[in-house]
Amino acid sequence: MTMLRLLDVSLMRRNAPILDRLSLDMAAGEIHALIGANGSGKSTLAYTIMGCEGYRPERGQILFLDRDITTLPVHERAHLGITLAWQEPARFEGLQIRDYVGLGGKGADVDACLRRVGLAPDQYAERPTDKTLSGGERKRVELAAVLAMRPRLAILDEPTAGIDMISLDALIAVIEALRAEGSSVLLITHQPEVAAHADRASQLCGGRIVFQGTTAAVLDNYRRRTCKRCDGETCHG
Amino acid sequence: MADLKPLYTLFSAAGQTPPAIPQDAHLVAYGHTIASIKSVPGFRIDVHTEADSLIAEIVVARGLRNSQPVHLCFGLYEQFGVQNVQLKFTLEPEAELTLLSHCLFATPLAARHAMQGDIRIMTGATLRYQEAHYHGSSGEIEVVPHATVVVEQGARYLADFSLVQGRVGHLDVDYTVDVGDDGVAELTSKVYGFGTDRIRLLERVRLNGKGARGMVKTRMALKDDARAEVLGIMEGNAAGARGHVDCMEIVRDRALASAIPEVRVSHPLAKVTHEAAIGSVDSQQLETLMARGLRPDAAVDVIVRGMLR
Repeated sequence: MTMLRLLDVSLMRRNAPILDRLSLDMAAGEIHALIGANGSGKSTLAYTIMGCEGYRPERGQILFLDRDITTLPVHERAHLGITLAWQEPARFEGLQIRDYVGLGGKGADVDACLRRVGLAPDQYAERPTDKTLSGGERKRVELAAVLAMRPRLAILDEPTAGIDMISLDALIAVIEALRAEGSSVLLITHQPEVAAHADRASQLCGGRIVFQGTTAAVLDNYRRRTCKRCDGETCHG
Repeated sequence: MADLKPLYTLFSAAGQTPPAIPQDAHLVAYGHTIASIKSVPGFRIDVHTEADSLIAEIVVARGLRNSQPVHLCFGLYEQFGVQNVQLKFTLEPEAELTLLSHCLFATPLAARHAMQGDIRIMTGATLRYQEAHYHGSSGEIEVVPHATVVVEQGARYLADFSLVQGRVGHLDVDYTVDVGDDGVAELTSKVYGFGTDRIRLLERVRLNGKGARGMVKTRMALKDDARAEVLGIMEGNAAGARGHVDCMEIVRDRALASAIPEVRVSHPLAKVTHEAAIGSVDSQQLETLMARGLRPDAAVDVIVRGMLR
């Protein structure tokens, strides 16, 4: 069953094309890695799927479980089961981690979610989700919130960036746990050892998918890239 | 004779559970009427009324470390009224106290509450002062707390002011704090203005002693036609003085806010910094909460309530 389908999606930002006639299918339960150089459009694609302000496609369609969600606002997409963990998660004064993690998952076992991302509830649950957390701690809280929500589709934007190697294993376990619970995961990453856990992968360049296949094949293609656009210039067209 | 029934009614009208006031040292006054007063060893309250004022003098004895907070409860239960308070407060050396000031104005249609404070925190003493206002739906409540505070060598003044329940009405805060050698002054204010509320917040901290430290932190949310002017002034006047002014305001609808963080340094070895942010709700915060399924209005409420918590 196709969970997510993007059909010919184009998006401009500040008069420049960021996504260019991009099409992508993701199956239910699939972990799909998005790989590409900085500026290739990975995060833009994440915000577009989530429906963030300023990321409405000029053309194309986004279908979720065969429903056209192209114009739906963020919270309605969330109600359908889509969520996003930002690369640099927002911080909230006065909002305790326990409350934050529990926001999207009615009846969720918040303590269990915190433990799964390596945060001891007795040390973290009462702390605010503010700038007193390190970058790595905040990212783990974000993943705990995604877990609590039990989404149908979790978009994880660089979930392991800024995370130490020991935590990396825990976070890979989280991705596997999402899969085990039936979630699809769109995984944006620069790290081959993280991408290796995906079922399939797509390589982005200049806002287009230029190569798609098994994760190993995409990683291999990306490593052997010769076009300079994958390093900042454009490679197609 | 203590008559605390009206106080409990006022707490109830404000949607609050009254604290265990009778057991702790306290002063309860409705308008200019003293309803209840209790001193404890080492903690003395003298109060009397004059024509149009309540005059209170509080002295905390040297070295007293009171584990229980002291309550000051001010309020009005008539529909119209005025309450003027002149408060002289002295913490003798090495004393430590938490003072909870409950200002209950949830029931009047129109009222004025003015406080002129004269606070002295002597060497090595610590005062934690929490002033919480509970207002109702009337926009005709005028609150005018003015004070001068002296923080002597090694002393600490940690003050929290909040007016986040009910209409603000008209608020005019004017505090000046002078901090001596190695003293600390931290002032935090949280205000939620809406309707036609008018807010003026002036907090001035003068770091006059070597190694003095200060912080002025303001968190404010405004909506409808509310107006606010925030002036946080920090002066570094001695070697090693460190100060910071931090103002954040969320503005919605037709509300208007201005923030003027002013830093002055008169000693080359002092350092004072500031940051101010005024704007609508941060879009990433908003969308993060919406990505968890919250509707936009509920997400804004979570952000604002968190900031004012």
